[in-house]
Amino acid sequence: MVTQTSLTQLDRTFQALADPGRRAMLSRLSAGPATVSELAEPLSMTLSAVLQHINYLEDTGLVTTRKVGRSRVVEPASAPLGDARDWIAAHEAAWHVRYNRLGVALDALYPEGHHDHIKEN
Amino acid sequence: MTVAHHDFTLTRTYPHTPEQVFAAFADPEKKKLWFGANEHLTSTFGTFDFRVGGTETAESDHPGGIHTTFAADYVEIVPARRIVFTYRMTLNGAPLSASATSITMEPVEGGTLLTHTEHGIYLDGEPGAQGREGGTQQLLDLLGAALDKIG
Repeated sequence: MVTQTSLTQLDRTFQALADPGRRAMLSRLSAGPATVSELAEPLSMTLSAVLQHINYLEDTGLVTTRKVGRSRVVEPASAPLGDARDWIAAHEAAWHVRYNRLGVALDALYPEGHHDHIKEN
Repeated sequence: MTVAHHDFTLTRTYPHTPEQVFAAFADPEKKKLWFGANEHLTSTFGTFDFRVGGTETAESDHPGGIHTTFAADYVEIVPARRIVFTYRMTLNGAPLSASATSITMEPVEGGTLLTHTEHGIYLDGEPGAQGREGGTQQLLDLLGAALDKIG
């Protein structure tokens, strides 16, 4: 449910998602829980950098972790991305995407705006 | 029923004149090039009445069986300077949000600075478990696509 803290949480969620490495981890976790080393494997990062990201995601509430034997298992937590916040963020993200697309469309419609990119013979 | 409020501002500088940027909002054929359908969703455009008091509508289908509608009312239009509108969205038939938005275009060195400021009211609809999951994945996809490009 949306609470008094939702906007602060949204800011933190956006910050957490603004990093490609953390997004890669969350994408992997959307398929199910993974150990720290499983998360680290496809990423070109040191284990300590991976652990730092996992701590960040855990502080933000996007993941939870638990010890299983000698491994630390990371599980996705849906609450911070749930409820209306999904849709608030999706609105904002949708405009990001639209304005990126507008840039591409403008370049196609008005190529004269890009003289500096055209090599003249 | 819970309600959330959220404001946000986005800015972009495009290497084109304010008139050219404005035309991408005012001309339906140009607007279709960037608004709506993309690799994440398919869209159908309805009314396009770009004038003060005019309405614009569109419907989109997103991954995970999510259907949204968009209906905007233009409040103020100043060619090549400013567009102000309100818009409503529905999610799978239920009211989702009401927003008031201003888009300004300012000539700057190297082109046009576009500033999008939005005040939103978000209603806690009933996307259901399937929609929620799809929404989260869509959110990650959208954010990924957007943030990768803006760095």
